[in-house]
Amino acid sequence: MDIRPILSTLQRHKVTAALLILEVALTCAIVCNAVFLIGQRLQRVNLPSGVAEHELVQVQLGHIGPVPDAKAQTATDLAALREIPGVRHVTPVFQLPLNPGGSSNFGVMLAPDQQQPTVIATQYMGGSELVTTLGLRLVAGRDFQADEYVDLDTALAALHRGDLKGLPQTVIVTRALAERLWPGETALGKTMYLGKAIPFRVVGVVASLARPDQLEKGEQYSTIWPIRLSAADGASYVLRCAAPDRAGVLKAAVARLKQLNPNRVVLVQRTYDEGRRAFFANDRAMAGILVGVIAALLVVTALGIVGLASFWVGQRRRTIGVRRALGATRGDILRYFQTENFLLATFGIALGMLLAYGINLFLMSHYELPRLPAIYFPTGALALWLLGQLAVLGPALRAANVPPVVATRSV
Amino acid sequence: MYGYYLDLAWRSLRRTPILTGLMVLAIALGIGASMTTLTVLHVLSGDPLPGRSDTLYYPQIDPRDSQGFVPGKTEPMEQVTWIDGMNLLQAKRADRQALMTGGSVAIQQDNSTLDPFFEDARYTTADFFPMFGVPFRFGHGWDAAADEAHARVAVISSPLNDKVFGGADSTGQTVRLAGAAFRVVGVIGDWNPNPHFYDLNRKNYAEDEGVYVPLSASQDVGMDHEGSTDCWGNGGGGRTPDHNAPCVWLQFWTQLDSPAKAAAYRQFLVHYSEQQKALGRFQRSPNVRLRNVMQWLDYNHVVPDDVRLQTGLAFGFLLVCLVNTVGLMLAKFMRRSAELGVRRALGASRRALFAQLLMESGVVGLIGGVGGLLLALAGLWLVRMQPASYASLAHLDPAMLLTTLLLALGASVLAGLLPAWRACQVTPALQLKSN
Repeated sequence: MDIRPILSTLQRHKVTAALLILEVALTCAIVCNAVFLIGQRLQRVNLPSGVAEHELVQVQLGHIGPVPDAKAQTATDLAALREIPGVRHVTPVFQLPLNPGGSSNFGVMLAPDQQQPTVIATQYMGGSELVTTLGLRLVAGRDFQADEYVDLDTALAALHRGDLKGLPQTVIVTRALAERLWPGETALGKTMYLGKAIPFRVVGVVASLARPDQLEKGEQYSTIWPIRLSAADGASYVLRCAAPDRAGVLKAAVARLKQLNPNRVVLVQRTYDEGRRAFFANDRAMAGILVGVIAALLVVTALGIVGLASFWVGQRRRTIGVRRALGATRGDILRYFQTENFLLATFGIALGMLLAYGINLFLMSHYELPRLPAIYFPTGALALWLLGQLAVLGPALRAANVPPVVATRSV
Repeated sequence: MYGYYLDLAWRSLRRTPILTGLMVLAIALGIGASMTTLTVLHVLSGDPLPGRSDTLYYPQIDPRDSQGFVPGKTEPMEQVTWIDGMNLLQAKRADRQALMTGGSVAIQQDNSTLDPFFEDARYTTADFFPMFGVPFRFGHGWDAAADEAHARVAVISSPLNDKVFGGADSTGQTVRLAGAAFRVVGVIGDWNPNPHFYDLNRKNYAEDEGVYVPLSASQDVGMDHEGSTDCWGNGGGGRTPDHNAPCVWLQFWTQLDSPAKAAAYRQFLVHYSEQQKALGRFQRSPNVRLRNVMQWLDYNHVVPDDVRLQTGLAFGFLLVCLVNTVGLMLAKFMRRSAELGVRRALGASRRALFAQLLMESGVVGLIGGVGGLLLALAGLWLVRMQPASYASLAHLDPAMLLTTLLLALGASVLAGLLPAWRACQVTPALQLKSN
């Protein structure tokens, strides 16, 4: 189809055509970036945690006043929890991956005299069954041995005295952290340093264990320490059981713990999955808002195209009638309006791509976002061409139905 | 005259209900979305203590060892250690000063049907209440002597007073906190500064601390610290760090009534750092900051990035809606070239036509604005359903209400300007002839 007559017609409607192009461009730019943002959010929401997510439940207790016999209390609690039918493993923990409740982090150094830490890693600790309870997969080395564990209060006292012998000596790291600290080498037997050159030897590597929060510091930079926690340290109990048993186990665990010592309050009782959902609630909400904005934008733009196309069809009824009378088929008229829309959309999309790139650059400098992948450009273009064609179809069909006899009537 | 234009506008709009509906809808959606997000942004970036916040300063010093120090670049620590906090407090160089930290205490009342529960708490020194202008419903705060004496006294919030004492004047009553008996000396009235500027290590918004006790007494009883603990060297946490540990976990706030006093206080912080370095406690050269409330909030990027992003997105959407409306309005006005040509031929001036068309776009804007206002109210209701901690604060205030209406009217008149101007360019003779 010859596009010259279309272009010359558009020349006479410069302002209207420019507005339509601008609208398509803005929509294209915003939609490209919004879809990209949604992708980023969903990627976050689906991050692997490394733990047996559907088999864990968590109970956190708050003690009323000081706990004089915290270690004995913890031992009693753990023994009682293990006896609950369906429970496979139990451990106290400070923090769970991708869960609300804060985290403990430290700077890792590769040499004793290093000034700036290489990475900020997070610190998991709990008790002798931490690795098995969380369902972590060891890919190299071993789990801690019984004689490597130190109680938290003993370790803190040793730290304050400056007695390095009283501290744990070994550590388990994630594969991602090992790869970051010693690229291409085996991490087993290597030493990392903390604080004022306190050495820790790597004895094991787990496949994956995400950090609780501060994901921007490296979502998989986690370490596990042979430190035992007690009831007074603010730890949670985490129980592992078969997925269908979770509700029952959680209820039984809370009841048993209250029975053992009624002088405490249940602060948290939930499955791991519930905690994870709460952690990502904001990301989900933001993704929802973005979907809403995209839908609204597309609808408004489509309605705008329908409105303008209808106006043009109305304005050109006479011309269309003349063309029809001179032998143009309905298909010719239909294609005329479709081509016109295609041309306008193409101009809009070209401008929109530039805008999308600009917005992405702005977002990159303000919100730590990666570059917009190139695939978004053709996809966005296709989407807007499709939207334009769908929107113009109605008015174009109406134009095609204008009878030739209109040419002979005076309006 | 304007009444007549209004009548004309109304008739014209009614003649094309679908097109008019589209324009109103576009404006309403754009205004609704942008006002919703703008209101949230406005609420979240507000001044927590209007009238007081410019005299409140947050001193920062840097007690860390020399490891990793880049002079001029490294920011000092965001909290203070126990030793530094106590030193600065006792120096009394500010008009008022308070050392504080957050925590959580178990509340268990004797002879009460109420199950024991945990309440967020603030452990602070006496100046907290007068310095932040805390209003009291019953009683009052405590004085410096109570801090000195490690007195077991407590101030509670109104919601907690309602929950435990049924809303009655509870001053003089006993409340059992973390297993110890405390005497209630005051009940706070309606006071909930947002953002929670004095401790940004907990929830930044809608943090509802129910219990305030003297810092000294909280340490005697062994109340749990909650918030952030940042250690260096071989410092190690535990929940409540040892008072000698190289860890910061307390907030120190000062009131300095004039800029001159603030400058003097800053000088004092430098002197203090130098003195501590001479004593061997500090290793770094003086690295101090003295930010007031708004500077402190700004430094901490308190307003969530998502909220800024949403506001930007909504204004982008409004722009698309406006372009859309301009296009439709232009189409509508141009379609009436004939009518306008007749009016011009009959003697109407361009100005009159322009005014008439602007009136028409103004009417569209007003209806769209009212629609946008309703949508913004619905949008804010939706925001309050969101999981974010600030969600409950999202309410429209009179200032934002006015902004909404002005924005709607301004936007649509702006959107009407170009089409009206274009439509006024008609040449009467040409329009008459072509028909």
